[in-house]
Amino acid sequence: MAALSIFRALRKRAIPSFSPSSSSSFSHGTAISRFVSTLVLAEHEGGSVKTSSVSAVAAAKAISEENSISVLLAGSGPSLHEAASHAASCHPSISQVLVADSDKLAYPLAEPWAELVHLVQQEGGYSHIIAASSSFGKNVLPRVAALLDVSPVTDVIEISGPQLFVRPIYAGNALCTVRYAGANPCMLTIRSTSFPVAPISADSKCNTAPVTQVDLSTFIEVTLGKSRYLNHSSQETERPDLGNARVVVTGGRALKSAENFKLIEKLAEKLGAAVGATRAAVDAGFVPNELQVGQTGKIVAPELYMAFGVSGAIQHLAGMRDSKFIVAVNKDADAPIFQVADYGLVGDLFEIIPELLEKLPEKK
Amino acid sequence: MVGRHPATSGLHLTADERVLGKMKIMVAVKRVVDYAVKIRVKSDKSGVETSNIKMSMNPFCEIALEEALRIKESGLASEVIAVSMGPTQCVDTLRTGLAMGADRAIHVDAPATLYPLSVAKLLKALVDFEKPHLLILGKQAIDDDCNQTGQMVAGLLKWPQGTFASKVVLDKEKQVATVEREVDGGLETLCLDLPAVITTDLRLNQPRYATLPNIMKAKSKVIKKFTPEELNVQIKSDLELVQVTDPPKRKAGVIVSSVDELIDKLKNEAHVI
Repeated sequence: MAALSIFRALRKRAIPSFSPSSSSSFSHGTAISRFVSTLVLAEHEGGSVKTSSVSAVAAAKAISEENSISVLLAGSGPSLHEAASHAASCHPSISQVLVADSDKLAYPLAEPWAELVHLVQQEGGYSHIIAASSSFGKNVLPRVAALLDVSPVTDVIEISGPQLFVRPIYAGNALCTVRYAGANPCMLTIRSTSFPVAPISADSKCNTAPVTQVDLSTFIEVTLGKSRYLNHSSQETERPDLGNARVVVTGGRALKSAENFKLIEKLAEKLGAAVGATRAAVDAGFVPNELQVGQTGKIVAPELYMAFGVSGAIQHLAGMRDSKFIVAVNKDADAPIFQVADYGLVGDLFEIIPELLEKLPEKK
Repeated sequence: MVGRHPATSGLHLTADERVLGKMKIMVAVKRVVDYAVKIRVKSDKSGVETSNIKMSMNPFCEIALEEALRIKESGLASEVIAVSMGPTQCVDTLRTGLAMGADRAIHVDAPATLYPLSVAKLLKALVDFEKPHLLILGKQAIDDDCNQTGQMVAGLLKWPQGTFASKVVLDKEKQVATVEREVDGGLETLCLDLPAVITTDLRLNQPRYATLPNIMKAKSKVIKKFTPEELNVQIKSDLELVQVTDPPKRKAGVIVSSVDELIDKLKNEAHVI
């Protein structure tokens, strides 16, 4: 089977782009439903695999129970190998961890990563390649897809079959079901909030997957070195990560200043919540833009989403409409946010937030 | 450096500057349903209603074009070419681009539903034809929300990519672009060798409005037309649209009258605090 996939990959390389009909006839066969193997492109930080990447593994599991899942990690140095051993035991469905250790992969640049995935796909002949819809996944996966001459599917929220996916379009105002009818591999980025990962209980004995080094001797160097990493800046914060937080407290333009935005931060602290913001609040300079929730910012789906002074524009709703409970506090009783809120409170947030701070129970 | 007027920079051209003096920038623009329109899903689930609906240039594409125009105005580029793929009406979008300040435009007459892979191949063919030094696109179209085309064309061209750019600085001597990118954890800065592909994030700039004289001027600018066949590109459709549906409706919520009531609901009804 694996040999067939490799043959298929080679065949496709030999005749690039011409005959979509002949290549798609392969994938319509039963071969795929019998043999599903997935490569998950994983991100790591500080020696462990990011939660969003573990969600990608959960999505791979949703493609087929019989899926043989390999996780690909790249980078250099000891934190890579720490992350590899974390990857080996972070999800019971992982059957293999592939590690690419090279200076060229020290930073997650699209050019070397795309060449790496191309190389690994040629070796492994995977039927699916998945990454989380993080800025990393969105940057790298489409480039790889172009190298492999296949159409990727962005931001999948539901997997209905090995080739059948649901994804939001028009800022989440419509859901689109697509069938992938092309040659292997079928490539996806998944919305991690739609594929939650159950925390591994300490006592559950997790079998550890074998870790294999990727042979980089044939790493194609055409595009390497054309981009260089200079630096990274981020806001240090003790609060939970916006993408995975159980509670999110968001402020909009009505906060009026960065100084006032501290009210939101205080409330977030009290609730053990992450802080979010609307585009208006980011553009006005109240908070850095990595806190933006919406179509063009982060997509969140916490258990509780509290919006203060947020009108509820289409583009903002796109980023939070899947939250379990939505609370809206706004002076304007006609604000669109009230149409999606489970609990609305019409009033001045400068009076309501302090009252909440006073009356909310202490977080244990 | 960047702010230098084109007329003065022309007086002291070094060899490198002469090369850059001819620098071309290509910008891809897409015609989409206006961002403020509340879309309606067709009753036969075949898609979203687009007839008799206000269409505009994709907001991210406006930002891409604005950035190209600013680079040209700073004297670092000589020409900005706007390109668009799709049905005849794309010409309207290109006219908007020309009215903003693009020098000329190319329209590839293609079916309305093109997947990013096909757009990337058409763009590659146009790049091979026009040989620009920089290709700027929006990071995503607000209709299909794919966020793929720029990355795909960069892959096909084997060019470096600077996606989700919030700041772009060109260095004429070194032939590089320094791109600040909006990434999940904050900002990341990359240095790309030209030619390169850049995709724009919302905070890169504030696009200008086309003035009436410029709209008039745009009418006489050239829009060249190609077909995919002329560009030797086969439109690939390895994705099949099965259906488009409305997202699940949220059930109506309640308006509470006080903070105490809100806390009570969150505690005893929603059990979230």
